[in-house]
Amino acid sequence: MSAAATPGTGSGRRWLGLYVLAYLVFLYLPVALIPLFSFNDSIQAAFPLQGFTLGWYRGLAGNAALRAALGTSLMIGLSAAFLATLCGLTIAYAELSVGSRLARLVAVLARMPILIPGVVVGIALLVVVNLIGLGPSRLAIVLGHVLVALPTTVIVIRGSLRAVPRSLPEAARDLGASEAAVFARIMLPLALPAAASAFMLAFLTSFDEFIVAFFLAGTDPTLPLYIWSQLRFPKSLPTVMALGTAILAASVLIAATAEILRRRGLRRLPS
Amino acid sequence: MAETGTTAQNGRADGVFRAALALPGTAVTLGLILFALGLLALLAFRVNDGSLFGAGLTLGNFRTLAAEPLYGLVILRSLVIAGLVTLATVVTAFPVAYYLSFHARARGLILFLVTLPFWTSYLLRVFAWKIVLAYNGVLNSGLMALGVWSEPSTALLNTPAAVVLTLAHAYAPFAILPILVALDAIPRSLVEAAADLGAGPLTIFRRIILPNAMPGVLAGAVVVFVPTVGDYVTPALVGGPASTMIGSLIQAQFGKAQDWPFGAALAVVVMLVILAVILLVRLADRRFGSRT
Repeated sequence: MSAAATPGTGSGRRWLGLYVLAYLVFLYLPVALIPLFSFNDSIQAAFPLQGFTLGWYRGLAGNAALRAALGTSLMIGLSAAFLATLCGLTIAYAELSVGSRLARLVAVLARMPILIPGVVVGIALLVVVNLIGLGPSRLAIVLGHVLVALPTTVIVIRGSLRAVPRSLPEAARDLGASEAAVFARIMLPLALPAAASAFMLAFLTSFDEFIVAFFLAGTDPTLPLYIWSQLRFPKSLPTVMALGTAILAASVLIAATAEILRRRGLRRLPS
Repeated sequence: MAETGTTAQNGRADGVFRAALALPGTAVTLGLILFALGLLALLAFRVNDGSLFGAGLTLGNFRTLAAEPLYGLVILRSLVIAGLVTLATVVTAFPVAYYLSFHARARGLILFLVTLPFWTSYLLRVFAWKIVLAYNGVLNSGLMALGVWSEPSTALLNTPAAVVLTLAHAYAPFAILPILVALDAIPRSLVEAAADLGAGPLTIFRRIILPNAMPGVLAGAVVVFVPTVGDYVTPALVGGPASTMIGSLIQAQFGKAQDWPFGAALAVVVMLVILAVILLVRLADRRFGSRT
């Protein structure tokens, strides 16, 4: 695209660039305080800084309650991500390839959680799990997180399936392949990077999710619930910030990997 | 050419495959989403008798809602706060999306940077603002060190303004993507043709870019409005008692107050408010002549 084709003058463009820079600073500045104060040798999160320490991180390592919460979150995150990806893959594929009325209805419903606030998802599932006798538990949180992550997995996987030229599955069908073979041998391999990306995004969603988990947690808290319980005690704030920094770093790593996978998946498709 | 026997076999196998394909999605959407929402709607019409699912059928929960002005006030406040957050988020996101669509050199990188906070802990993003705005927090200690204030201000934290600021920051990236998608879909030839025919940058923006971007703007508005209108974490952390939102009330009914049917009625009201907003957006969408 040539510069002449775009509206706006050179100076307008420079101002816009500066605005975007300021926007990014606003986006990151408050978040950047958390790593900053996690290395600060003071209970209080205030300026001036009091000197460098790794003590808060050392405190993390020996904390048994924290380790248990981390384990719970990992287990819930992996289970929810697996189920949400499985549902996202089948829902998107059924919508695009089968296209029956049921498949289209299911695809519309699967995107609906975007339009439901977390607090409503949480209490609705709380009623369900209590009624069927399951009660608040890890499994209940998994179900909640599948719902929260479902729109993302459906949209990400659908985008990659739609980019596959229709001639590919059609050629395979003409040559006698069953629908299952077309799915397993052609569409699934092509959608695999997107599915992996969807899995990671679903995992991150679950791992950070607080609002729904708050209603559905039984006796074992997830990591965000543990953090919430610690926010009340001013004394544990530096430890929470050290924990937050560690989570931040891990989340950034996973999000970057998911993005790279998604792009590679789109590039791999024949055009 | 396949034999008839193989075709029939293939047909049966295809049927099994389709059933297997439909199973997980149908179970989750019909069995979980619709069932849970339906159950919640039913619960809203039950009498709270201390049991799990209440008893009988009543309009009492909604009558209480209508009779007690506090609930109307909280609902109105939630609407105003979520509305302000949505407005702030969309207005600040639009130039970023515009830059990404029309000018950006490092488009992939900026897009990644903008969406990255979306994947970091929501709880910590909110908590970061508490550190910034607190009595002995970053803003107060910083401004005192600079000599702007001699005494820390208590006017920052525990105000509705703090809730709006924090939510606008937490949901900032949500609006950019839908707007960007809409801007990217504008044919560049349209812009060039207008410029060739003598339209200035402002006219091009007003007559071509803004109308075509409207579906994305409205989609972004919905994506921000829905989670903010039901939020209860941010009001609890940075809002103080003057910022109680409807989400906080719902949470209290399912927690301390132990009145699930009334909490369900509040949730039904939230969903109706969201439905009304979506219908309004649809109407606005059609008015702007979009094809969606």
